[in-house]
Amino acid sequence: MLEMQDISKVYRTDTVETHALREFSLIVGEGEFVSVMGPSGSGKTTFLNIAGLLEDFTSGTYELDGRNVAGLSDNERSKLRNEKIGFIFQSFNLIPELDVFDNVDVPLRYRGFDSKERRQRIERVLDIVGLGSRRKHLPSQLSGGQQQRVAIARALAGEPRFLLADEPTGNLDSHMAESVMELLEEIHGQGTTIIMVTHEPALAERAQRNIHVLDGRLSDGEADAHVTAQTA
Amino acid sequence: MFRYYVKLGLTSIRKNPILSALMIAAIAVGIGACMTIINIYYVMGGNPIPNRSDVLYYVQVDNWDPNNAYDDPNEPPVQVTYIDGKALLDARKARRQVLSYKTGRVIEPQNEGERPFQVVSRATTADFFAMFDTPFLFGSGWDRAADDSEENVVVISREINERVFGGDNPVGKTLVMNGDPYRVMGVLDTWEPMPKFYDINNGAFDPPEEVYFPLSLAISKELYSWGNNSCWKPSGGGWAAYLQSECIWLQFWVELHGASEKQAYMGFLNAYVESQKALGRFPRPMNNRLSNVMQWMESQHVVVDDVNVLMGLSFLFLIVCLLNTIGLLLAKVARRTGDISLRRALGASRRAIFSQYIVEAGVIGFGGGILGIGMTWLGLQGILALYGEFEFMTRLVQMDWVVIFDAIGLAVVSALAAALYPTWRACAVHPANQLKAL
Repeated sequence: MLEMQDISKVYRTDTVETHALREFSLIVGEGEFVSVMGPSGSGKTTFLNIAGLLEDFTSGTYELDGRNVAGLSDNERSKLRNEKIGFIFQSFNLIPELDVFDNVDVPLRYRGFDSKERRQRIERVLDIVGLGSRRKHLPSQLSGGQQQRVAIARALAGEPRFLLADEPTGNLDSHMAESVMELLEEIHGQGTTIIMVTHEPALAERAQRNIHVLDGRLSDGEADAHVTAQTA
Repeated sequence: MFRYYVKLGLTSIRKNPILSALMIAAIAVGIGACMTIINIYYVMGGNPIPNRSDVLYYVQVDNWDPNNAYDDPNEPPVQVTYIDGKALLDARKARRQVLSYKTGRVIEPQNEGERPFQVVSRATTADFFAMFDTPFLFGSGWDRAADDSEENVVVISREINERVFGGDNPVGKTLVMNGDPYRVMGVLDTWEPMPKFYDINNGAFDPPEEVYFPLSLAISKELYSWGNNSCWKPSGGGWAAYLQSECIWLQFWVELHGASEKQAYMGFLNAYVESQKALGRFPRPMNNRLSNVMQWMESQHVVVDDVNVLMGLSFLFLIVCLLNTIGLLLAKVARRTGDISLRRALGASRRAIFSQYIVEAGVIGFGGGILGIGMTWLGLQGILALYGEFEFMTRLVQMDWVVIFDAIGLAVVSALAAALYPTWRACAVHPANQLKAL
């Protein structure tokens, strides 16, 4: 479970204060598929970065899987991020000089798995995303859709509890976008919690819950919607 | 993870070949300059007899001019007179003692067609070989009885043995020098103490002599020194007067174990000088010295000051090269902030990023070290080209495994030092900053 209460994020310079998030509260339950929409600059990515422990917040509380993340050391945050969270980025963010196998291997290296364990995991997730035969290809030798599949495989390899996707289809044509969405739905179907930022209402509608961020806040009532649904 | 980081380092080098090549070249040039000088320093200042350097003492007594010290500020002479050397030798107050000097002989090979040739030789005493731990290929040195009886015995170098006896065991055979037959007692194996500590003031970097024979014999045959000879007052005419003069031309070494033996020997020296003062010699204040091998080499400035200055300059040059490397590494980090952000997002801690970049710097340093060995070799060849006419230079510019490993070690350590700041910058890259822009 991911639970944020009154999270604020303020960027300060000498002369300007920018409130990226204001008293942002959200609960995402186990196994949910939540889409996040909102105009550019509304705070969607900041939310995702904080949720993914890539960024600190200014105030509020955030519990990830029951653990309060405030005050964690860099090592602890990195470990938590590595174990619990998988990232999917709009521009795939593969390392161009590494082949598919080695790209998927990156988070597993930091996890400390032995080579046999890593190989098994990599082969399994590449089969899931349908790229088992492309493991020696460089990213530049793959289509955009295939690259995003590699990124998804990389995110899945560590068997994370949460998958955070920042406009995962933003750089893909509609055909490839559909294929990636189907893959995400399949992954969600296997029990992984997914939070996906998107600009596409049609894609957002395919999530279980769709929340809107505006000026660093959730639209009225959306933070509680899940709680209500869970209670019901 | 170390192997993984090495692999990433190599991948990064392949990805940025020009930047990496510049860094490797910068380190290599610095290492090359530094190691060229270090090599010379190392050869000049190395311990030529490490297992015995603490028990061998060079003896100095001050028989010099009452009005002028031998050397400023108040240094005693660097050699001894024959009177003093012989007296100290005959006293046998040390475990072993050696009195010797450099001279020359002409070998007359008995092979048909082989012409006589001149060799640098050493007139010395029996303990020379045991004291200085000389390796023997055949036979051994002579004994003290041979010294006392002025026997025509000789120890020759491996090269002379090959030239005159074809490399066979010549022990017991006769070697003719200046018309006199000498019985070969032994053949030295390759022996090249560097510096030639036992006679620093007559060519510290010269090769050892090719022939060794009893000092007593050399004296009776009136063989003058081929080394330095200094007198503070006229020596008179003829060999006998020369032997009784205040001219210094011999080197005297003793073997002493422990502080008590050294103290006792110094007491003996003081008593000896007092006795000579009573005879009207030694007009200067008491100024006796006992210096072990390394002290002796240091006091005689075997490593010349110019080399010390060059050493400092070469390290400054290395620092300049490393500053360039720091700049290049910073540029590399700046180009790879996206990669760093991504790795941080995927679970790399700052420590992991630090390790990755420091290992990569080590890989670059290793490359710089390998290339630096080549640069060092070129530097040494350059020195040889400039100063090759001096024979000792050919002995100074040799590279050995120690130098090679030192070059790599220094390069890696230098690269790691240069990488500290860029790596710290890499660790400071915020994981969220670059992910959108990748």
